[in-house]
Amino acid sequence: MKPIIELSDLHKVYRSDGADVHAVRGVSLSINAGEFVAVMGASGSGKSTLMNIIGCLDRPTGGTYNLDGIDVARLSKDELADIRNRKVGFVFQGFHLLARTTALENVELPLLYSKPEISARQQRERAMEVLKQVGLQDREDHRPNQLSGGQQQRVAIARALVNRPTLILADEPTGNLDSRTSVEIMGLFQQLNDHGITIVMVTHEADIAAYTKRNVVMFDGTVLSDRPVEKRLHADVELARLIAFQKAELSPSLAVTP
Amino acid sequence: MKIAATFRTAGRALLRNKLRSLLTALGIIIGVGAVIAMTSIGAGAKSQVESQIASLGDNVIIVISGSTTRSGINTGWGSAGTLTVEDADAILREAQGVAAVSKGVRKPMRIAAGNQNWFTTVQGESPSYFDVRKWPFSFGEGFTERDVIAAAKVCVVGNTIAKQIFGSAEAALGQTMRVKNVPFTIVGVLVAKGNNFMGQDQDDVVIMPYTSAMKRISGDKKLRLITIKAENTESLAIAQQQIAGVLRERHGIRPGQDDDFTVRSQEDIAQAATATTKVMTILLAAIASVSLLVGGIGIMNIMLVSVTERTREIGLRLAIGAHGRDVLMQFLIEAATISLLGGIVGILLGVGISQLLSARFDWPTLISPASIVIAFLFSGAVGVFFGFYPARKAAALDPIDALRHE
Ligand SMILES: Nc1ncnc2c1ncn2[C@@H]1O[C@H](COP(=O)(O)OP(=O)(O)OP(=O)(O)O)[C@@H](O)[C@H]1O
Ligand SMILES: [Mg+2]
Repeated sequence: MKPIIELSDLHKVYRSDGADVHAVRGVSLSINAGEFVAVMGASGSGKSTLMNIIGCLDRPTGGTYNLDGIDVARLSKDELADIRNRKVGFVFQGFHLLARTTALENVELPLLYSKPEISARQQRERAMEVLKQVGLQDREDHRPNQLSGGQQQRVAIARALVNRPTLILADEPTGNLDSRTSVEIMGLFQQLNDHGITIVMVTHEADIAAYTKRNVVMFDGTVLSDRPVEKRLHADVELARLIAFQKAELSPSLAVTP
Repeated sequence: MKIAATFRTAGRALLRNKLRSLLTALGIIIGVGAVIAMTSIGAGAKSQVESQIASLGDNVIIVISGSTTRSGINTGWGSAGTLTVEDADAILREAQGVAAVSKGVRKPMRIAAGNQNWFTTVQGESPSYFDVRKWPFSFGEGFTERDVIAAAKVCVVGNTIAKQIFGSAEAALGQTMRVKNVPFTIVGVLVAKGNNFMGQDQDDVVIMPYTSAMKRISGDKKLRLITIKAENTESLAIAQQQIAGVLRERHGIRPGQDDDFTVRSQEDIAQAATATTKVMTILLAAIASVSLLVGGIGIMNIMLVSVTERTREIGLRLAIGAHGRDVLMQFLIEAATISLLGGIVGILLGVGISQLLSARFDWPTLISPASIVIAFLFSGAVGVFFGFYPARKAAALDPIDALRHE
């Protein structure tokens, strides 16, 4: 299988006014279409930096990055913008939804910048479709401040999906969520992955990484380990278990209350 | 990105900060309102002067005794005249393009009727004067050539005199009026003409045959001025030259010597008078434009604040595929929307002010459709001009830095 992402000896140095920060120091990585990868590692190990480069949001300071066989370093600012719009769906660390804007309009946002242009009606239809896919069809008119954290995260995922990308990049998609919502999100990702979408996801939590197919661990800007997941968890199974467990915990307390 | 969607986004962003958008637009509203009101005052003054000059008659040339300096100050007014009755006859006879001539004398004088007294200007003229000045009668008619030959004790009065002394124009007709104790019969009352461009009441006048004025009132032997009607607009310039030629020859003025008379056409007078109002209009518009400029700076200020506040939003838009140009357009259209809406309200305000000024204070104002169109386009241009720098700043943001912005 031909790799969709191919990094070789990738470096990223942040030049701030004080000292340079060498955030990524020589990462070589190859990810094939249809993979589901979790990038793990301690805080500050360079995960977000790497994701931003893979998502064409940032440029490496050394090494090469081929996306779908194209050397990204050769592309102009606008060409990179078009790739972000069409090929990549990015779920940002911290949802980055537009405040005071409805869920539907937030999801429509990438379609606004699509080329060729998409009619307003079609934009609406496609946004509704992905909102349904993430289970938020009845929340289209809600603004981010009227949605729970998990719902906001799902709007952010819907926005990443709306332009039918082949690659989804998610930076800590379950970072601020409780365990049940986290599992629901993982269920969604597993579904998408089953439909052939490549997913690369950053997470701190080993039990979340267990829903993916391959775990890459970073340490201080380098890849420490890279191995397939052996005992892969399935979200629908885990979810059923969780619900049963919660019910069991709740029912005695319900009986006690007068 | 579609232009309609850009407008929708801009409108929404403006509605999000209603008070702020309103205050920003207020700068433009006041600026455009001021420009509209001020230019309407200027244009009103200009059209008033023009109509006053038109009230002089059509294709009129005036010859005044005494020379005039380049700046237009006549040194001969009030001094003994250099123009004679024969000069006037010669002009009519010899100068090309001249249709009619009226011989004029002037004398400020106290007049009386019954127990009423009035200080006015007594004017001696030829019978053709009323035709030359295109000045019709409301009652009665003018004096005749026979009256001129006889130096008859008849006169014509202006509307102001008729009203002040006899109560109405109709009542004045046929009445007797004493000028320097000589009784004159009023044979005609003139239609009201209003003020001239120097602010003098043209209807405060008694006009009699020039012979009567010279022999019975002033004792002058010379004319103060000759009012001439050219045949048509085309012959105006030739007539002016010819008149000067005839007079120089008759007065024995050698080439290089200064004239002892001044020839002025209606156009010359109009130019001098409208030049003043033009300066006034420019001055008013300049003052008003300053407030529009201040309004534009207000837009720039708010747009810069807005770009800083919405850095994360801009970062997100760039991150999901907006080009720099899309962001630039979004902010430009936002700025242009504020200033165009401000412009529309400002136009309404300016029209309101100018109507109030003419209704309440009797100021002449004139709003031309062109000034409205220009004000509208200009307000849009102000928005684009002052919105450009903030918009470019937004478009040049790096998506990652912008997303990280606190
Ligand atoms: N814009 C920047 N300028 C300077 N240094 C930066 C910048 N962004 C990140 N860094 C530094 O680069 C290193 C890697 O940061 P990065 O955000 O990639 O870590 P991370 O693995 O995503 O951490 P976390 O799990 O906390 O999100 C850190 O030491 C950080 O301080
Ligand atoms: Mg991170």
